Amino acid sequence: MKRLLALGAVVLTTAALAWAGVDSTSAPKTGVAAKPVITKAVKGEQCVEDTEYMRRNHMDVLDHHRDKTVIEGVRTKKHSLKECINCHASETTGSVAKGKDDFCVSCHSYAAVKIDCFECHSTKPQASMAMHPMNAESAHYAHKMATQTNDKVSAEDMAGIAQ
Amino acid sequence: MSEDKSIENTPSSPERRRFVGVAATAAGLSLAPGIMLMEVAHGRPEEQAASSAVRWGMLVDATKCGTGCNDCVSACSTENGWTPVAESQHKNQAPQWIRKLELQDPLTQFETNLPMMCQHCADAPCVDVCPTGASFKRADGIVLVNRHTCIGCRYCMMACPYKARSLVHEPLNDTQKADVPRGMGCVESCTLCVQKIDRGDGTTACAEACTASGHNALLFGDMNDPESEISKRLRELPTKQVRADLNLNLGVRYHGI
Repeated sequence: MKRLLALGAVVLTTAALAWAGVDSTSAPKTGVAAKPVITKAVKGEQCVEDTEYMRRNHMDVLDHHRDKTVIEGVRTKKHSLKECINCHASETTGSVAKGKDDFCVSCHSYAAVKIDCFECHSTKPQASMAMHPMNAESAHYAHKMATQTNDKVSAEDMAGIAQ
Repeated sequence: MSEDKSIENTPSSPERRRFVGVAATAAGLSLAPGIMLMEVAHGRPEEQAASSAVRWGMLVDATKCGTGCNDCVSACSTENGWTPVAESQHKNQAPQWIRKLELQDPLTQFETNLPMMCQHCADAPCVDVCPTGASFKRADGIVLVNRHTCIGCRYCMMACPYKARSLVHEPLNDTQKADVPRGMGCVESCTLCVQKIDRGDGTTACAEACTASGHNALLFGDMNDPESEISKRLRELPTKQVRADLNLNLGVRYHGI
């Protein structure tokens, strides 16, 4: 009888342990969202500010710069959204907000903060960049983009260059 | 520019200023293409705000404007990324920054061609009526819409005597140009190619296209600079402002209408 009880106890404890094991592995999956994918910028070694500063304050920096640009016409490259996009556009989608792992979207969906920037702003670096002598340093990247996409926008851009 | 410093204390005459300008242009041309040319063309340094010392304007010579020529319109559409009206699904509400008008005198049947766009008024009615301050005049005379504050109420469209503004009714699905943000629910109009001005191109897409087509009907420049090409032409030619009775002091002047 004692032996039977002991066997029963062993069976129960293993069952309980197995149950607990299932619980402990499944709990974090349902409770916590997957961490955002942060891809390193395609070009450039260093961001215009420290990473920590940018993570917390990029919205203020962009807000300030946008007013300077729109109202006063100051189009400095530092803190410009266009330059963010030029550096951070994903190599696969060519955009910062098209795919779910693209630079802007990845964090913003993790933090559940809606971005309005791309209602108006293009999410991609300018396609005709390669032809502009001032953008020679980023030309290789634009060229890479042009070979990857079959977008009809690039044909329009070609027309623009011909003009 | 070292010889400039030696004569710094002498009062600068227009002749000398002109000479310096020519010398600077020559120096720019002789250096590596692209880099120096851009720097010479720059009206102001990148970090300097647009200044009211400049007033950008345009002279439209309707006598030279080609019948049936649409080059300025298509150039604007390509530069600024708006879909040409003929290609849009809803033509009646398609955004249009510049359009060609053909006018005919009912008595003589004389035809006049001209492009019509935002006239960049000094006292712009669209700026007066905007409830959020989104419609504004930049220091250098360009009338713009700040899309960050535009609520799409379209008061400015109703106030504009030139029918120059349009509302974007449909989502643009990331077809915008990197330099020209545009979006659904915002009003927009001719910006005098502000992105090109700030880059230092010193011209607009329409004026470039008009020159390329050989018509030379559009001349863009600084109306505050008495030595600029546009100021000289404005002195020589009889020009009119459309609806001059409204007293808006327009940035776009027409000859031959």
